[in-house]
Amino acid sequence: MPPETQSGMSLTLAAVQTLNGLQLGVLLFLVAAGLTLVFGVMDFINLAHGVQYMMGAYFAVAGYALTSNFLAALAFAVLGSLALGLLLERLVFRRLYRRSHLDQVLGTFGIIIFLNELARTVWGATPRTLPVPEALSGSILLMDGLLYPVYRLAILAAGLVVAALLYVLVRWSRAGMLVRAGASNPRMLSALGIDVDRLFAGVVGFGAMLAGFAGLMAAPILSVGSSMGDDLLVLAFVVIVIGGIGSIRGAFVGALAVGLVDTLGRSFATDIFKLFLAPAAANEAGPALASMLIYILMAGVLFFAPSGLFGAKTA
Amino acid sequence: MTARAAEDRPPEAPALPAPAGTRARALGRLLVPVLLFAAFAALPAAADALGQTFLVSFATRVMILALAAMSLDLILGYGGLVSFGHAAFLGIGAYAVGIAAEEGLTEGLAVFPLAIAAAALFALATGAVSLRTRGVYFIMITLAFGQMAFFTAISLSAYGGDDGLTIWGRTEFLGGTPLEDDRAFYFVVLGCLAACYLLARAIVASRFGRVLQAARQSPGRVAALGLDPFAYQLAAYAIAGGFAGLAGALLANHTEFVSPAYMSWHRSGELIVMVILGGMGSFHGAILGAIVYLGLEEALSHLTEHWRLLFGPFLVLVVLHARGGLLSLLPVRPRDG
Repeated sequence: MPPETQSGMSLTLAAVQTLNGLQLGVLLFLVAAGLTLVFGVMDFINLAHGVQYMMGAYFAVAGYALTSNFLAALAFAVLGSLALGLLLERLVFRRLYRRSHLDQVLGTFGIIIFLNELARTVWGATPRTLPVPEALSGSILLMDGLLYPVYRLAILAAGLVVAALLYVLVRWSRAGMLVRAGASNPRMLSALGIDVDRLFAGVVGFGAMLAGFAGLMAAPILSVGSSMGDDLLVLAFVVIVIGGIGSIRGAFVGALAVGLVDTLGRSFATDIFKLFLAPAAANEAGPALASMLIYILMAGVLFFAPSGLFGAKTA
Repeated sequence: MTARAAEDRPPEAPALPAPAGTRARALGRLLVPVLLFAAFAALPAAADALGQTFLVSFATRVMILALAAMSLDLILGYGGLVSFGHAAFLGIGAYAVGIAAEEGLTEGLAVFPLAIAAAALFALATGAVSLRTRGVYFIMITLAFGQMAFFTAISLSAYGGDDGLTIWGRTEFLGGTPLEDDRAFYFVVLGCLAACYLLARAIVASRFGRVLQAARQSPGRVAALGLDPFAYQLAAYAIAGGFAGLAGALLANHTEFVSPAYMSWHRSGELIVMVILGGMGSFHGAILGAIVYLGLEEALSHLTEHWRLLFGPFLVLVVLHARGGLLSLLPVRPRDG
């Protein structure tokens, strides 16, 4: 293979992987945003946030099975997640806000065990799929030799739009003002006559909706299984630890960083190791290091900023 | 050492008139563990008498996970550090046995110290980063490091990768294979559990243990006394990692198989559940918690394949309503320190 073609190919590969990384980043952001909002306002660590993403994907699959319409699946995913979030808030979360973080972790862990098993019971152990919507199927030529699926670009665009809307909402709307006030002093807010219980329920419901939306968007490119929320939850934790707990901006920066580092690391670590290691050793060391990269990134960030890049709270 | 372990109260505690119940508590601290260990010692004979020999294997598993839960209680109950990545230490201990066997090293006098050292070193390295943070950051970071170990194990394609690694025979000792006999292995595990229990109690009763508990209650005051809370917590974290590494080495020998699933964060969560079920801050509580958790899992899974549908809500109810764990429901409260 002549050298130009090879470097041309690896440039294309790099561009594709960068897009994939950004796309993982926006999905992570949608999940991490809810997690960080809930923590910022209620000082509540919600492990069950990952299963909200999983349930969102399943709601979408169920909605599509009933209607064969992607928009209906979208409505199912978003409204179903919202309802589930409000139900969980009412039944369990509400009783945990004032409890220790340990109790919160355990209580929401119980919910994960229940919902994961429920998904397995209702939808079976074999993974489900959601077809890519007609209008967004196919690929487009982004640059010479780079054909990229439209749907993946749509995920990226939708994620960025939601992120921008969220920013505007938190920054300039009355609800956003209450959320920010709740994060800095919930008791004062309550004393000023704001119904804090409703605010808290609203924040949880909204976060669940974002996670469910992320689940829906991921469903056509991943297989929908009962463990999909577990892996993503830990990544979302890494994101908000890097970004600083309670900070939407931090979650955005952290999510893109984690998405890019993880995706690019997995595709290039082995090749980079081959530059100075024997191929066999590189094939072993590459994947191992690639799977550690985001945690190393996290450890590095924490070493210099123990409460994350944009962390206001040091709880 | 036994005498010292039984004497949990610091010797210089002020000689106030004993409040009602103190004697009952002291009795509980002595009685509950004695009964627990007596039951474990008698179990194989009882299993034979009842013709339920599978109980021996089940109880071996219970004791191994009890050892892991106990090690978690050292940092969680006494140190106040909510570590959500404890299964990684267990898994590293197990992988040390598996990888050593794969490379032809099966001598227990080398393998067991290797497993303990590997887990303790991982705890030391990750603890040094994690302990710079507090509260919920600490929970998330330990969770993330646990997950890092999990994904690293998956990527080890030379050692089974995702599928795990079968171990072709239990660890040897001086050329012999004493662990191959399930009954003998049971008593080895029981011996390890008992020795670690006494050692752990000696640790929390020592000056080191008292500083560790003081650092949980008020790191500022510990620092004001000229002691570095970070150093004590890090040492405790590494010790707990070492204990869990031993449990992992025993687990690998028990199942003769290691897999990344040993390190999944669900396993870490289960270990926390065991500690909480038994009541934090008492090592026999952790043992009791392991018995209850695994017993419940066994009983419910006979009832239905989807036993988690019952267990999840049960856990939520325990968190909401039984705050001191199951031992708090006994008339003698074991909470010490």
